[in-house]
Amino acid sequence: MRHILSILVENEAGALSRISGLFSARGYNIESLTVAPTEDPTLSRMTIVTVGSDDVVEQITKQLNKLVEVVKVIDLTDGNHIERELMLVKVRAAGKDRDEMKRLADIFRGRILDVTDKSYTIELTGTGSKLDAFLQAIEPGVILETVRTGASGIGRGERILRA
Amino acid sequence: MQLTGAEIVIRCLQEEGVEYVFGYPGGAVLNIYDALFQQDQVKHVLVRHEQGAAHAADGYSRSSHKTGVCLVTSGPGVTNAVTGIATAYMDSIPMVVITGQVPTHAIGQDAFQECDTVGITRPCVKHNFLVKDVAQLAVTIKKAFYLAQTGRPGPVLVDIPKDVTQALAEYSYPKTIALRSYNPVTRGHAGQIKKAVQLLQEAKRPMVYAGGGVVLNNASPQLTRLVRLLGFPCTNTLMGLGGFPGTDPQFTGMLGMHGTYESNMAMQGCDVLLAVGARFDDRVIGNPAHFYRSDRKIIHIDIDPSSISKRVKVDVPIVGYVAEVLEEMLKLIESSPHRPDAQALKDWWVQIKEWQRKDCLKYDRKSALIKPQYVIEKLYEITGGDAIITSDVGQHQMWVAQYYPFDRPRRWINSGGLGTMGFGLPAAMGAVLANPGATVACVTGEASIQMCIQELSTCKQYHLPIKIVNLNNKYMGMVRQWQQFFYGNRYAESYMDALPDFTKLAEAFGHVGMKVEQPGDVEGALREAFKLKDRLVFLDVITDQSENVFPMVPGGKGLTEMILAEEL
Repeated sequence: MRHILSILVENEAGALSRISGLFSARGYNIESLTVAPTEDPTLSRMTIVTVGSDDVVEQITKQLNKLVEVVKVIDLTDGNHIERELMLVKVRAAGKDRDEMKRLADIFRGRILDVTDKSYTIELTGTGSKLDAFLQAIEPGVILETVRTGASGIGRGERILRA
Repeated sequence: MQLTGAEIVIRCLQEEGVEYVFGYPGGAVLNIYDALFQQDQVKHVLVRHEQGAAHAADGYSRSSHKTGVCLVTSGPGVTNAVTGIATAYMDSIPMVVITGQVPTHAIGQDAFQECDTVGITRPCVKHNFLVKDVAQLAVTIKKAFYLAQTGRPGPVLVDIPKDVTQALAEYSYPKTIALRSYNPVTRGHAGQIKKAVQLLQEAKRPMVYAGGGVVLNNASPQLTRLVRLLGFPCTNTLMGLGGFPGTDPQFTGMLGMHGTYESNMAMQGCDVLLAVGARFDDRVIGNPAHFYRSDRKIIHIDIDPSSISKRVKVDVPIVGYVAEVLEEMLKLIESSPHRPDAQALKDWWVQIKEWQRKDCLKYDRKSALIKPQYVIEKLYEITGGDAIITSDVGQHQMWVAQYYPFDRPRRWINSGGLGTMGFGLPAAMGAVLANPGATVACVTGEASIQMCIQELSTCKQYHLPIKIVNLNNKYMGMVRQWQQFFYGNRYAESYMDALPDFTKLAEAFGHVGMKVEQPGDVEGALREAFKLKDRLVFLDVITDQSENVFPMVPGGKGLTEMILAEEL
């Protein structure tokens, strides 16, 4: 099962390696990890996407909570939540492909951020599966470069993670 | 008042009531040593290797419930101490490790004696800090002591660059500390405690399984009261020995890989299991799939939520300090008219007594060779069962656990989690200093003792009258035993050739050495050794090379799949 963990952590040197070290030391998976400071600069918020049985994810949550610098951990997948990931894709856009690429970007509500006579750089936001769908929709040969942030998540409605 | 960073370190230690610092000087800690030199409240014990410093601080803590402190320099000072830090971490021992670091401007430059201390030790400490600003030094040391001692205890490391120990800052030591990210749950959930008590009262085949958490949290009195009030059988883990009196008729002996037949059978056969400050680890319950029984309810009390349902799913988890939770349970039981079904409990004891008749710890008492078990039994007799015994790791460690029943906690000091050979002697140094006047013995083997034997020199310098009982079978005994059982008697590299003459070695260090080769001489030699109250005596006891530790649950097997002595 795929789980999205949201972690509030002290914005201190070494906190990230403590968390990533925990995952490697105990053999847990990290599919993606994103982190940045919050509106309170002393805190960072991290989103980790991991895969494991319920027992494993329960252990991961407990082990994370045990780290001294971790303020709070929630499993977003326990309830309603929103998940977004940002991707930048540089594609070949020349000749007959050029219009097609623009149309496809529009269908996926992508934005073209950079244009040359041979390429587009497209920004796309959505769930991971939407980004996957876009990559599958275009011919593999035209992709020059992709970069993805990994998922960020937040609970829906009144579900709030604060220190 | 303006103080240097080094002076602040020492003032903080004084403030924490630290009696002894175990350490070894070097470039990066010279300022701290200079500040140490100019006061006499905190005493320093100069070890001969930094591993010894960490083990000594650890043994000091285990035998006293105070926080052990060690002080080492950067680079190799730290890497040498890592084994000792990891040992303390695995057994949840409160310890503060102060390490020197190269000056802040040199960090990351591959400076002389530089290493990434915080990085290297991160996986084997409860927490660690690099202090880059002298203004943060006092509060960081306060945090270190607080973290080490509260919740699930553990070692905390404070890495201090040399320029920080030189810089000046206003000194004030915080009285209390609060960390928003660190709030261990210390009080058990009332509803869960009630549920647990109900289960205990309804039990027909109950078992109490208590571990190191009972010792660490000083919960022996509560555990003992509870077990006696209910009339239940009780077993201890290797780390929990002494948590429940070893000579009590309700005690069924240690459990686990080398546990007694009756304890292991009762663990498997009980209908309600009360686990207290123990973590169901692989050496205790063997294969978890085999251990599982659908008709057994498990109550688990532990301070660390991550220890609960890690290897074994439990029915009633209770997170909190075990002493407090047991106290709450006692209140409920004492005020309730319900008692467990007396007839069922009687039948259960009949079953346990039947298992006890297997006499799983019997050994050949007529042997012409010295049996190691016999040495431990004699040691028990001669010390009145009340010595502080440290051990190294291997067969000798198991024999002490089996043949020296500890009636009190903090008398049995060994490396259970990490299994560190070389632990015994330096740990005994810490135990002697923490318990002036107490009888302290280190039971070891000829392989283990050589791993930290340099500390004999420290023992001489500080007049530490440890009695070393070296069960010398010229083999890494436990390795040899596994090779005999599971590797077709191919004794790869487990024979200890070219051993030193330990008697002469002890004498060279300024101690008393004795060699014992005949069973008939064991008792006399032990008596003579323990009479020399103010001397370290090294007893080299030549034991039966072929002796094995029984019972034994082979790795990966179920708890009841024991190999017994007579089956071989």
